[in-house]
Amino acid sequence: MTLADPRELAAADLGTALDEVPAGPPRGGFRAALRRLWRHRSGKIGGGLVALIVFCAIFAPWLTPYDPLKLDMIDRLQPPSWSHWLGTDELGRDLLTRVIYGTRYMLLVSCVATAIGATGGILLGLLASAGGKWTDMAVMRIVDIMLAFPYILLLLAIIAILGPSLVTALVAVGVASMPGYARLVRGEALSVRESEYVEAMRVLGAGNWRITFGTVLPNIASPLVIYTSYTMPLAVLSAAALSFLGLGAQPPLPEWGAMLVQSRSFLRTASWVVAAPGFAIFFAILGLNLLGNALRDVLDPKART
Amino acid sequence: MTAYIIRRIAMTVPVLFGILFVTFLMKALIPTDAVLALYSGQVSEEKAAEAIAQIRAKYDLDKPWYQQFAIYVGDVARGDLGESIRTRQPIVDEIGYRYWNTLVLTFASLVVALVVGLSTGIASAYWKGTWIDEVAMGIGLLGISMPAFFFGLILIFFFAVQLRWLPVMNAGDWKGLILPAVTLGLIEAAPLSRITRASMVEVLSQDYVKAIRAKGLPERHVIFRHALPNALLSILTILGLQIGGLLGGAFIIEVVFGWHGIGELAVKAIGWRDFTITQAIILVSATTYVLVNLVVDILYAWADPRIKLG
Repeated sequence: MTLADPRELAAADLGTALDEVPAGPPRGGFRAALRRLWRHRSGKIGGGLVALIVFCAIFAPWLTPYDPLKLDMIDRLQPPSWSHWLGTDELGRDLLTRVIYGTRYMLLVSCVATAIGATGGILLGLLASAGGKWTDMAVMRIVDIMLAFPYILLLLAIIAILGPSLVTALVAVGVASMPGYARLVRGEALSVRESEYVEAMRVLGAGNWRITFGTVLPNIASPLVIYTSYTMPLAVLSAAALSFLGLGAQPPLPEWGAMLVQSRSFLRTASWVVAAPGFAIFFAILGLNLLGNALRDVLDPKART
Repeated sequence: MTAYIIRRIAMTVPVLFGILFVTFLMKALIPTDAVLALYSGQVSEEKAAEAIAQIRAKYDLDKPWYQQFAIYVGDVARGDLGESIRTRQPIVDEIGYRYWNTLVLTFASLVVALVVGLSTGIASAYWKGTWIDEVAMGIGLLGISMPAFFFGLILIFFFAVQLRWLPVMNAGDWKGLILPAVTLGLIEAAPLSRITRASMVEVLSQDYVKAIRAKGLPERHVIFRHALPNALLSILTILGLQIGGLLGGAFIIEVVFGWHGIGELAVKAIGWRDFTITQAIILVSATTYVLVNLVVDILYAWADPRIKLG
């Protein structure tokens, strides 16, 4: 995956524009959807991978006898062995330990960046849909201009302004995913607002505020979850890519992308230094994608071919 | 058709101004004042104040923002992107040949992506539900989960380090283009293959396909003359997004392979704090992206009779 637009992947999967994902709660409610998810094959594998990552992140210090940061020049660049399952890096640190601690950064990124993007985007989208003609115009022009930039340019622009660091990368990934959410939420919210039951609520005297947060927001939950199933793996990938470019988490942090920064020089002599963090990123994204596939099947069985 | 094209071009103008405004704003949003930073601690206070005032006047920083914006737009329109803070050279000279390199890489990757993505997508749709479909979709899922930079490193490992067929680093000739273009193309083929499959499956289930099959047309005519052109139409709609993905991918792949494009320079420039270069590269690539999308939309209108006649 490249740093694509989540809309591209959504279009690839659904065969349609994401705006056409039906609004409303999933068939049989969210509890039934969870049960279907558990029975879904790729849901099980993806869920298992994600659960493994969460487990590693919580219990990292108990899972490994090594320190992710402590240097050990005697044991540098050791190939995989019984004492170092994935080998050691150029500074003698155990790679498995660093991969395990890396799960913490991966979870931090996927949750915080997605939360920033989703919250900001949802608020903007709701504001556009509920705020009247001029607010709508103003918000959507800003969104359009942000979407006119390829995703990576938005990231680079934000990082150029704030300076490279892990926190900046988080903020950049979050902000860059806002316009996509905003456009989706606005479209879905407008169609809910035109429905007869919202009309009925209005007649009964419900205010704009209550309609927006009490009725519209819960009713667009399904497409939002589906969209998030695309943005989350993308957030993990983006953060890793930024660290790889030296624009996100900085060495010596055991962040997977940052572990790959010097990697090309080891391809010839110590390829395990490259393989460990690389496959960690791959399996993390694969897990999220599999889980996302299952979620989409469960929430919207019709849209998949 | 002409009316549509004119309308579409008219829609592009405000977006281009938006891009100009955003890149202009970037300068204002930088928290550290570059001019202050340039002189802090180097000379005495009064001398510094004098020099700072001079520089501000030279770069029109003492004028109100709308005048600065007008000057900026005028400079860009004349093809002047300013000069690099680090080397004091005109940015146009620095990014000119790199821009060309990035275009070459993006185009080569697009060709790989189209060939691989379309063929696997068509095969999956035609043999839907068979092992061919399963394998193609499985590989597609792996491709969507594979970070492009790691895939690039894997290809370097096999084809440059182990087999020694291709150079590890780009030496400037055509051999240096193969690995980066294949990396990026294969990665971007994954979503393309999915889209192709989805729209081919839909087209193949239409009644007119059944009708031409019933007439006894050979299968290759059914697929390539009748089904594919209709499926391509919906593929074309997201081609613009795909090119955005390729351009973004190119920025990272350039760093992996040492390909001297604007992406590699942008990443370096952020490290150097050479802000004017980053700004110029963002402006140039966003403009390219918008213009490419314009062309794709016009192509779409040309290919779709519903728009051509409407």
